[in-house]
Parts: sequence; structure tokens; C-alpha cells
Amino acid sequence: MIGTVLLMIVIGIFAGIAGAILGLGGGIIVTPILTLACNLDIKYAIGASVVVVIATSSGSTIAYLKDEVLNLRVAMFLEIATTIGAVSGALLTGILKPQYLYILFGLLLLFSSFNMIRKLLNKNSSNLSHKNDPLAEKLRLNSSYYDKAENKKIDYQVENIPGGLSVMFGAGLASGLLGIGSGAFKVIAMDTFMKMPLKPSSATSNLMMGVTAAASATVYFFNGSILPYIAVPLALGILVGATLGSRIMQRLPARWIRICFVPVLFYIGLNMLIKGF
Amino acid sequence: MNNSKQTTKEEMNQIELVIGKILRIGVIISATIMMIGLLIFILTGKSGYSGNYHPSSFKEIFTGVTQLKSYAIMMVGIFCLILTPVLRVIVSIYSFYKEHDMLYVYITTFVLLVLIFSFFLGQ
Repeated sequence: MIGTVLLMIVIGIFAGIAGAILGLGGGIIVTPILTLACNLDIKYAIGASVVVVIATSSGSTIAYLKDEVLNLRVAMFLEIATTIGAVSGALLTGILKPQYLYILFGLLLLFSSFNMIRKLLNKNSSNLSHKNDPLAEKLRLNSSYYDKAENKKIDYQVENIPGGLSVMFGAGLASGLLGIGSGAFKVIAMDTFMKMPLKPSSATSNLMMGVTAAASATVYFFNGSILPYIAVPLALGILVGATLGSRIMQRLPARWIRICFVPVLFYIGLNMLIKGF
Repeated sequence: MNNSKQTTKEEMNQIELVIGKILRIGVIISATIMMIGLLIFILTGKSGYSGNYHPSSFKEIFTGVTQLKSYAIMMVGIFCLILTPVLRVIVSIYSFYKEHDMLYVYITTFVLLVLIFSFFLGQ
């Protein structure tokens, strides 16, 4: 048991570092490790992963709040969709067969790796909206942020709110079902559908992940899916790893890390799929 | 619409800093409780329960904590960590209220209600 605890701390630190550098919640890294390498029942892996997502999100949002990058209005408005999705997802896991969870997770990993390739290919394309969306205006979602790299304040407008809301419901459902933060979906909802710039999208997604995960976490907590000797050392490791990772990130070119990570993600995704069939 | 502009940038910065601090305290408290539980578990080598069993209801966890059972303390730490995003939502309601942004006070309160609903659903 002590061996497991130490192993979990190490996995947590690794997932925290990798998560912070790659901008992924720790969940998408931890679940495959626990199920494929540690042979843990996917039900418990998902329970542990929910805790990991909350640790990642709560740890990193502190930094983002000071940077004023995140958009609290967008976050809370879209949380309506993600929390409802997350609660439904968490309840569905009790009904769904584990093999479907593996397949879903595998597909999600493949999707994330394609999404990373997409980001690598068009990294400078900016498709900011200049439309005046009446709904966005009514909800006061338009905002601005200070871009440190470009050294200026960037104003942005938000559009296609119904589209964003529906993707967010899906993101919430996936995160409730699989215990992940579904950061990739959240960023896509904001930057592709609602045309928000990438930096506020990922900062806002990070805040949202924790709230979404909290909506399903209590369901897992009370139904006994959260094993203390797995989740506690993982969460502590993640808190350390995420702090280290955010420091390392400032020195490393994220592009090269992504290039190395895509095949790994792809490989793990395939393995999960195979395990499902 | 005009109400939100009455709040100055500095006031908002102030509120954001307070939110940041509250969150940090929440994370530190839950990490400390988790660490205490983990240390007791490692030092005594006992979970306080037989086999792989772990407590998952409030009543069991509470009685376990009074008996200093390591798994019970670890579960309290996890529960506190789960509450940190909820804490963030509560603080956000306050900050929107400070901005006189009633629409977002309602929206965020709704999110809080879903979280509370999920809480009772789980039990």
C-alpha cells in the first residue's frame, strides 16, 4: 500500500508538470496511466481523475486571476451548461458499461491529439470577431485582456453563444462521464465557436474545469468511487507538479513539447480504444 | 449597462486579489488535511478500516475522524478540495454583487444551485 502511495505521488507530479506545460487538465493523463499501467478499475480511475482536475484548476486559476486574462462572465454563463452536463454524466456512469467508457475515452484522446496538430499547423491565425452580437451585448460577455507577449490591451467580442453553450453541455457531459476537465472542448467552444482569443479562452477554460468537475465530484465521492489512498497522493503530487510545470513552461518552447506529445496521446488513445472493444 | 462602469478598475483588481487569496487559503487547508491523513496512514500503516474499505458517507467519515482513522481524515481533505471550486463560485457571486451586476448574480447563483443539487444527488 505504501508503494502505491509513493507511485501515485510520482504520477501526480508528472501529470501536474505535463498538464501545466501542455495546457491540459491532469485528468486526461492520469486516467490512462491508472487503467492501462496500474490496472485499476476505470470506475476508480475516473473518481481519482475528478479530484486531480479540481487540484489542477484550483491551483492554476490563482495565477490567472491576477493576470486578468480570464473572463468571469463567460465562465459563469457557460457553467450553466457544463454543470448540468456534468451532473447528468456522473449519473450515467452508474448505468453505462465500463467498455463504453474506454471507447469514449479513447476517442477523446484521439480527438485531443488531432486538435493539438490543428493548433500546431495554424498557430498564428487570428479569427477575432468584429460582429456585434446582440445576445453577447445583453449578457455583457465582450471584454478585453492585456497580452504580455504583444504588450498591448486587446479588446474582443463574443458571438454564436447558442453554439458555444451546446458544445459546453457536451464538454460537461464528457467530464462527468470520464472525470476529465475536457479543457480541449471548452477551448474549442470559446475560440472556434464564440471567436474568443486563445489566451482568455484557455484561462477561462481552466477556471471552468474545476467548477464542472465539482458538479460531478460529490456524486463520485458519496458513491465510493474516490479511493483515498489513490486520490490523496495524486492530488498532492499534482499540486506540486503544476507549480513546477508552470515555471518550466516559461523556459521551454511549448511547440516542441506539443510535437513530442501528439504521438504519445495518439498511442494511448488507440490503446484505450482496443481495451474497449 | 451603466451600473457596471461605475465600478473602477482598481476596485475590480482589489476584488480579484481577494478571490485569489481565498482560493489559495482553500487549497492550502485541503492540502494540509490530506497530508496529515496521508502521514498517519504511512506512519501507522493502518487505514483504520478492514480490507480495502473506505468511508464515503458523512456519518462514517465524521466518526472516523474522531477516532483519528487515516482514511477518514484523507476523505475530509478530498472533500475540502472538492469544495474549493464551490467557494470560487460563492466569491464570484459576491464580486458580481459588488459590481451591481444583478444579472450575473442570478446566473452565478443558478450555477451554485446546480452544484448544491449535485451534492444532494450524490448522497
